[in-house]
Amino acid sequence: MGKTIARKIFDSHSIDNPAGDIHVIRLDAVFCHEITTPAAINDLVSRGKDRIFDPSKIKAVIDHVTPAKDSKTALQGKILRDWARRHKIADFFDIGKNGVCHAIFPEKGFARPGFTIIMGDSHTCTHGAFGAFAAGVGTTDLEVGILKGVCAFRYPKTIKIDVVGTLRPGVFAKDVILHIIGEIGVSGATDHVIEFAGPIVEDMSMEARMTLCNMAVEAGATSGICCPDMTTVDYLWPHIENEFSSKAEALNKYSCFLPDADAEYESVISIDISDLSPQVTFGFLPENVKPVSGMEKTPVDQVYIGSCTNGRIEDLEVAAKILEGRHIADSLRAIVSPATPEIYRKALEKGIIKVFMDAGFCVTNPTCGACLGMSNGVLAKGEVCASTTNRNFNGRMGKGGMVHLMSPATAAATAIAGYITNSELYEG
Amino acid sequence: MSCFGGNVLFLDRSDINTDEIIPAKYLTEISKQALKPYLLEDLKLQGFDPTIDIKDKQVIITRANFGCGSSREHAPWALEINGIHVVIAQGFARIFRQNMFNCGMLAIALAGKDIDRLFAEFAPGPAAVDVDLDRNILSVSGNGQDIRIPFTISDFDRALVEAGGWLEYADKKY
Ligand code: SF4
Repeated sequence: MGKTIARKIFDSHSIDNPAGDIHVIRLDAVFCHEITTPAAINDLVSRGKDRIFDPSKIKAVIDHVTPAKDSKTALQGKILRDWARRHKIADFFDIGKNGVCHAIFPEKGFARPGFTIIMGDSHTCTHGAFGAFAAGVGTTDLEVGILKGVCAFRYPKTIKIDVVGTLRPGVFAKDVILHIIGEIGVSGATDHVIEFAGPIVEDMSMEARMTLCNMAVEAGATSGICCPDMTTVDYLWPHIENEFSSKAEALNKYSCFLPDADAEYESVISIDISDLSPQVTFGFLPENVKPVSGMEKTPVDQVYIGSCTNGRIEDLEVAAKILEGRHIADSLRAIVSPATPEIYRKALEKGIIKVFMDAGFCVTNPTCGACLGMSNGVLAKGEVCASTTNRNFNGRMGKGGMVHLMSPATAAATAIAGYITNSELYEG
Repeated sequence: MSCFGGNVLFLDRSDINTDEIIPAKYLTEISKQALKPYLLEDLKLQGFDPTIDIKDKQVIITRANFGCGSSREHAPWALEINGIHVVIAQGFARIFRQNMFNCGMLAIALAGKDIDRLFAEFAPGPAAVDVDLDRNILSVSGNGQDIRIPFTISDFDRALVEAGGWLEYADKKY
C-alpha cells in the first residue's frame, strides 16, 4: 500500500520509535503564544533547563490578549517577551507587529509543505493547509519541543475527505467545514489526520484552505492537511523565491510529499456540496450544525468577524461586499478584528475598513480577543453572538453567552438584519 | 509502580470540553494553585455543583470524548491541584489524553459497555476506584459491591508515567 502525505512527512522526520506505533519526530518549527508558553518557560526555568533547541525554528507572538488588559495578561506577555529576547528569537512579534498566531505565521511564510509543526494551541492544525503536519499540543509537549525540537505522535492514520460538486453563491469554506463536522461529529476524526481533497479544495485559495484545516480539530483531528500545489507555491513565493529558480521547481520539490495513488486511508468520505446552503451552529458543540434558513430570524446581540478561522483579507472582503452602502441594525453591535497588521493594512488600503466603519462596526486591533472570551467583545449572560470563530462551547465568548458559528458572509448579513439570516439574500 | 485511585466523581455526559474543565479567563493564571477554585466551573450538567461535588474526589468517571477542544494543559493541572489524578472515560480527545500522561497522570479509556456498567451500578456514588498499574486492573467498589475491570495503556504511556512525565524522558533520551 502507498503512503499518505502525513506518513511521508513522518517517515522523513521520525528519529525514534520508542513503542508500538509511537514515533518521535524532528520538528521544523515550534510556534509559541503568550497564553500557553509562559507556563512552559517557567517550568523549564525551575527545572534548570532554560534552553532552546534552535532559535531560528521558534516563532513567538503575543496574540490572545493584546495589548494587555490587566496586570496578569501583562505578565504573560512579559514572560514571553523576556524569554524571546534572552534566547535571541528573531521571529518574535510584539505589540504593533502582532496578530493571531494561525494567521500571522503563515503570512510570514513559516508554514511550508512537508514541515512538522507544533504549538501549544489546538488550532495549530490550520497550518496543514500548506501540506504540513501541524498539531496542537499541551504545555509539556511544548516544553519538550522548545528544549529538544522533537515531539511524539502515533503514526498517523488518515481520513480522506473528497469535497466534490460546485459551491453555490454565498457558500464558503466555513460552510463546508461546518457541514463536514456536522456529518462526522466532534470526535469523528479523533487520533486521525483529515486530508482535505477533491476539486473544490483544489480550487480554494490558501485562505479558504486554512479555514477548512483550522476547524479539523473540532472533529477531533490531530491535523488537517491539504496537498501542496501551485496555489501553495504562489502564496509562499515571496518567502521562497531565493531557494528555487522557478515556481515549477518549488512545486516539483514539494510534490515528493504528495500522497501515493494507492495511499492507505482509514476511510474515504466523498461529500458533494452542490446542494449545500450557508450553515450555522445552534448548540454548544461544533457538530450542532444546520442550514442558516433553519435559524432564520434568531435575534442576535453582537456580530463578531475575526479570528484564526475567518479574520483574513478574503473574509473581510466578502463581508465588506455585503455591508457596502448598508448599516447594521440598531438592535445589535458589531465588531471586526483583522487577524494581522498586514491584513489590517490591506483592508485600509482597499477601503474595506471604511466600509465596516460606515456600516457601524467597531474595528479592533489584531488579537484573539472575544474569540475566547478574554477581551474586545466578551458577552454578558444571556447574550447571543453571531461569530466567524470556531468554537460555540458554553461560556466560550463569555459566561452564559450563546455563540452561533457562521461564515463572514452570513455574519455580515446578520449584522444588517439584526437576526440570523440567509446570506444568499445578499448575493451579488 | 505507584497506585492511583480514590473517590469517584461521576460526570454523566459526553464531549466535556476543556473550556468547561477550566474556562479560558483563568488561563492568565501562571500558577497551578490559582486554578484550584475554578475546576469544572462552566460544566453544563444538570444538578452539578462544582463547589460541592468535587470535594474529596480523586477519580473522574465519564462518557466519550472527554477533554475535547482547547489544548490547554491547565485542564489536567486544574484536576491535579484538586487531587484528581485519574480520569476514566469511554474515550478522550488526543491532546488532553497526551497532556495527562505527559504530566504523569492517568487517562484510562474503557469500552462503552464497561462505562455503561459503572454508571448503572455505581453512579451517583459514593464509589471508590483503585488502579493497579502492575496488573492493569481497576477495582471499583461502592453500593455494597466490588468489581474488577481490566484496562490497557500503551507501553509508551506507561513509560511516561514511570519516568515522571515526558520532559524528563525526552531530555534524557533525545
Ligand atoms: S482566534 Fe480564537 S481559536 Fe484562534 S488562536 Fe485565537 S483564541 Fe484560539
